[in-house]
Amino acid sequence: MKKNHLTGFAAGVAAMSFALVGCSSSDEGSDDTMSAEADSSAATSEEMPYVAIVSKGFQHQFWQAVNAGADQAAEEFGVEITFEGPDTEADVDQQIQMLQTALDRDPDAIGFAALDSQAAGPLLEQAQSSDIPVVAFDSGVDSDIPVTTASTDNKAAAAEAAKQMVEAIGGEGEVALIVHDQTSVTGVDRRDGFIEYIEQNAPDVEIVDTQYGGGDQAESADLAKAIISANPELDGIYGSNEGSAIGVVQAVKELALPADQLIVVGFDSGQAQMDAIRDGSMYGAITQNPVGIGYETVKAAVEAMNGETLPSTIDTGFYWYNADNIDDPEIAAVLYE
Amino acid sequence: MMTQTATKNDQASSTEPSRFDHLKQSARGSIQQLLAFASLIVIIAVFSFLSPHFLTANNLISILTAATVTGILALGTTFVIITGGIDLSIGTGMILCGVMTGVFLTYWGWPIWLGVLAAIAFGALIGFINGINVSILGIPPFIATLGMMLIASGLSLVISGTRPIYFNDTPAFGDIMNLPIIPGTRFPLGVAFFIAAMVVAWFLLSKTVLGRYTFSIGSNEAATQLSGVNVRKWKVIIYTVSGLFVGLAGVLAASRLSSAQPTGGLGLELEAIAAVVIGGTSLAGGKGSIIGTVVGALIMAVLTNGLRIISVPQEWQSVAVGIVILAAVYVDMLRRRKAA
Repeated sequence: MKKNHLTGFAAGVAAMSFALVGCSSSDEGSDDTMSAEADSSAATSEEMPYVAIVSKGFQHQFWQAVNAGADQAAEEFGVEITFEGPDTEADVDQQIQMLQTALDRDPDAIGFAALDSQAAGPLLEQAQSSDIPVVAFDSGVDSDIPVTTASTDNKAAAAEAAKQMVEAIGGEGEVALIVHDQTSVTGVDRRDGFIEYIEQNAPDVEIVDTQYGGGDQAESADLAKAIISANPELDGIYGSNEGSAIGVVQAVKELALPADQLIVVGFDSGQAQMDAIRDGSMYGAITQNPVGIGYETVKAAVEAMNGETLPSTIDTGFYWYNADNIDDPEIAAVLYE
Repeated sequence: MMTQTATKNDQASSTEPSRFDHLKQSARGSIQQLLAFASLIVIIAVFSFLSPHFLTANNLISILTAATVTGILALGTTFVIITGGIDLSIGTGMILCGVMTGVFLTYWGWPIWLGVLAAIAFGALIGFINGINVSILGIPPFIATLGMMLIASGLSLVISGTRPIYFNDTPAFGDIMNLPIIPGTRFPLGVAFFIAAMVVAWFLLSKTVLGRYTFSIGSNEAATQLSGVNVRKWKVIIYTVSGLFVGLAGVLAASRLSSAQPTGGLGLELEAIAAVVIGGTSLAGGKGSIIGTVVGALIMAVLTNGLRIISVPQEWQSVAVGIVILAAVYVDMLRRRKAA
């Protein structure tokens, strides 16, 4: 472990001095490393079926967990996979390029989580005409080309978060939402699922504010502090992903609010969020099953390659977890640090 | 008469960075500071009127906390901008310094003081490389620091293994930003570092030879060179000094979350540059002040916080901040045209 970081650091310093010499090529740097990795692994396995997975991200723990699940299925079903994703969920261009490169490698199947389904349209048609089955995952692809979609039902998951919030604040009071963005499918579903549940089932709970922090912890903390200051009667805040939820916990910490003044309900996991749930600063959170998403994607790809028929959606599930069940084997298996 | 004075002044600055010239500069600067300061007061007054929750001790502390990291970046980059340069690498460079703090403290087990100093020194190294690229290799600052922006963003991910680095073994590290230092309030230590950084930056820019050369290079680089100043060397020094602030900002950002987050930072450089420009520092170089930058950073932070307090939808918050940046620069141009 330690050695890895040392190597990483040494590589970094080397890269830095190298980049000094060739500054103009640095904008291609991030792609190069990833596709180089992909090429080498594709080359070593000519006889094994190859599944190219293009996700919506790579850096976040969530995507690393999806990657882990995909690796697990790859080993189990004897296929070779590559897993790549753009730097941020705003980099539609970069993702399209990755999908193009993946198609150029002539895979046996493709796993794809679209940032922008329309932008990917022509490439998906290209995949279809070359008889490469496409398995959509996570937020899915808005098109009839994918053979199936492996994803979390985000609306249902957010409704569960709302249900837990309402119970925790005793069925009445004021709540606010910190959402990671207002344009992506996950952002919209996790917001609307929460709000719709409250509107339909909790007439005495008022939603006083909904703001967007881009999933950035510091940004979400500043946001939450402003909302808390502006609404002294606030009973709870819901953070719609890891960064948003940790930001809320950070805000509560910085304002030194008394322990049970504000109920914080989160989404996803990660070490900081798990710590917050263990020490009581977060009431509980919804976790998706990212390992399951990766696993089901590769499994469906293998089945599609073999010509099996697949259901149109594969629900990979979600779980509510809090201090009581965080260490249950079933929950621990889907949480990631 | 006015025109004459201005020309005379320009001549003075183009031949030699004299004491007289410097005084002129600070006199001009103080009008600008006054203007920016007045805008700040107006914005605060408007928000206080719109919401009873805005002007509270807790909320003012929240604003200062939110301003700390961007503000420190803005302080450092003020020097670079006064030389007529720009530094786009401060946002992701700051993230990289945070990750290096994680490497020093968590992976290598260094004591906190050493790890923090090393991370700040690492910031200086980033600035030094920028300085070499700009000054010795002659790469335009925009391109040189754009390259560094991407390098730092990538290296943060490479070095951290794309995972946040937590400071579990050194829980006291979180105190650097978060420790309340004024009894009975939540006033955090990090804000005290911000204030200390202001004083240091102000001193460097107004009271030292470094500051004089910074202005001199910005108003006329060729003349400064001709008057016997080693411009190349001083530019490297100026970028390095700016890097020290990047390092400090990185340490504070990591300390705030008790974890080095390897993602993000993109966009912070533009916020910092906006703060500098709102404070009256000219992107053309040769003109600017630390007090202006501080006020600019506060305007940005007050605006963001205030719009949130009165629950303006996020889409409109960006529009409002954009308009304020344009208005601030426009008013500055009007004033200068009048003065000319």
